[in-house]
Amino acid sequence: MEYFIQQLINGISVGSIYALIALGYTMVYGIIKLINFAHGDVFMVGSFIGLYSAKYLAAAGLPPVVVLLLSLIISMTISACLGISIERLAYKPLRKSTRIAALITAIGVSFLLEYTGVLILGPQAKGFPDIMDKKQVHLFGSSIQVESNQIMILLTTIILMLVLQYIVRYTKTGKAMRAVSFDVEAARLMGINVDRTISATFAIGSALAAAAGVIFGMTYNSVDPLMGVMPGLKAFVAAVLGGIGSIPGALVGGLLLGTVETEISSLGFSSWRDGVAFAVLILILIFRPSGLFGKNVREKV
Amino acid sequence: MLTVQGINVYYGAIHALKDLSIHVKQGEIVTLIGANGAGKSTLLKTLSGLLKPKTGSIEFLDKWIVNQTVQAIVKEGLIHCPEGRRVFANMSVEENLEMGAYLQVGSSLAADLERVYHIFPRLLERKKQQAGTLSGGEQQMLAMGRALMGHPKLLLLDEPSMGLAPLLVQDIFRIIKEVNDAGTTVLLVEQNAHQALRIADRAYVLETGRVVLEGDAKELADSDEIQMAYLGH
Ligand SMILES: Nc1ncnc2c1ncn2[C@@H]1O[C@H](COP(=O)(O)OP(=O)(O)OP(=O)(O)O)[C@@H](O)[C@H]1O
Ligand SMILES: [Mg+2]
Repeated sequence: MEYFIQQLINGISVGSIYALIALGYTMVYGIIKLINFAHGDVFMVGSFIGLYSAKYLAAAGLPPVVVLLLSLIISMTISACLGISIERLAYKPLRKSTRIAALITAIGVSFLLEYTGVLILGPQAKGFPDIMDKKQVHLFGSSIQVESNQIMILLTTIILMLVLQYIVRYTKTGKAMRAVSFDVEAARLMGINVDRTISATFAIGSALAAAAGVIFGMTYNSVDPLMGVMPGLKAFVAAVLGGIGSIPGALVGGLLLGTVETEISSLGFSSWRDGVAFAVLILILIFRPSGLFGKNVREKV
Repeated sequence: MLTVQGINVYYGAIHALKDLSIHVKQGEIVTLIGANGAGKSTLLKTLSGLLKPKTGSIEFLDKWIVNQTVQAIVKEGLIHCPEGRRVFANMSVEENLEMGAYLQVGSSLAADLERVYHIFPRLLERKKQQAGTLSGGEQQMLAMGRALMGHPKLLLLDEPSMGLAPLLVQDIFRIIKEVNDAGTTVLLVEQNAHQALRIADRAYVLETGRVVLEGDAKELADSDEIQMAYLGH
């Protein structure tokens, strides 16, 4: 039982990464109906920015919590700008063309980011610095062990989710995002600046992916330019599982997928881990294509 | 207030508005009537900037607005309440109204909400309800209320009585009249020609993208052509 709970906690850590990436997929899909296949690579870029920020900040002698916070902020900010640029340069000119054209462009942008990464950083994996000491903490005095790292990751994810909820529910930009994703033309008739709202969506999605990148680096200590491919695909599965376009769906989908994967590996089927994600995708597409949270009146964005 | 001169609007190869000219004076209610597909909605979309005419001019409050963005036109006070309500079903009633006030900076949101809730008390009772779960009539009130949140100088209404029960139709027309009496100029597209002509000052009749008749609303209501074609007598 304790082993199971231990794995559950590990699963939630992995799931947090999927969930953070999935949110970007789902928000962008909600607003411009595009599966942004370059999103996993924004996650990679975010991870590298986090790596270099953490290295320099730690070398400057700052305390770990400050290093983590600043690395997150730097990585999220730069990645948000990257996301906005990708949309402006690659997708915006195609807004009136077919969806397949935009999709192919997204795949092109994905390759561009991956191989620019290989060109600049080299193909081999780089070590991500240990921002936090990886102390083992016993949970509530039981024999269940949690890494202090995992606690920070969970805390970061929860805070980001709350901030996102706040933005989407209560801010003017967040409301505009929901309006645009429901009906672009009606939103324009309100005077809503649709271009700026789409940019904001890309910025938020990319920042969340970057945070996931930093968390990934902290968990696995190794990052490389092609690292975005698998988590990107898994997060896409998570978004579809939750119901693409639905924010709570992305959250639940990510956590669910992470947990299932980890439990499967822990039962000794680790070679099946990646297969599970895609089996889930196929099952969802067959039995409930609108996903867990896709209802008749969808809460889009 | 609004002068449209010789506009031509196309959907690809379809020539939807042909050399169309109309004008609206400050304080008027002007109604546009015409059969399905005559181009009424197309005209409103062109006025609000959703569609761009190939040729012709549109002047609103002494400014050329043909090349302006929708946002800039809304800012000028030309507000379009579209056909089919188009409320944001995924948002609450109050959030919908807030979207209507998206560009308002000077006025207070609370005061604007109060003003709209005063006109449509039903919306106040349901302010937390998801707009998608409102009845058709309530959605129409919300669509109009949302448009009024933007302080329109000229309000374009596209078939506000569509699909409503007769009693509610009366209500909607009464409210349009009240809004007009309070100082908002109205350009009203209606299938319900009888009612529209009753509250309007002037009217245009559209047929396949052209104005075929225009004039004083009362006179048109009495004319044989209108009686035959639109009022069913
Ligand atoms: N998006 C579009 N693409 C192509 N043709 C269109 C489009 N929208 C409208 N049309 C055509 O333009 C013409 C005018 O349409 P419009 O919607 O303006 O009519 P309407 O007078 O508002 O009709 P209704 O009373 O049914 O609302 C119609 O022939 C219609 O088929
Ligand atoms: Mg119409």
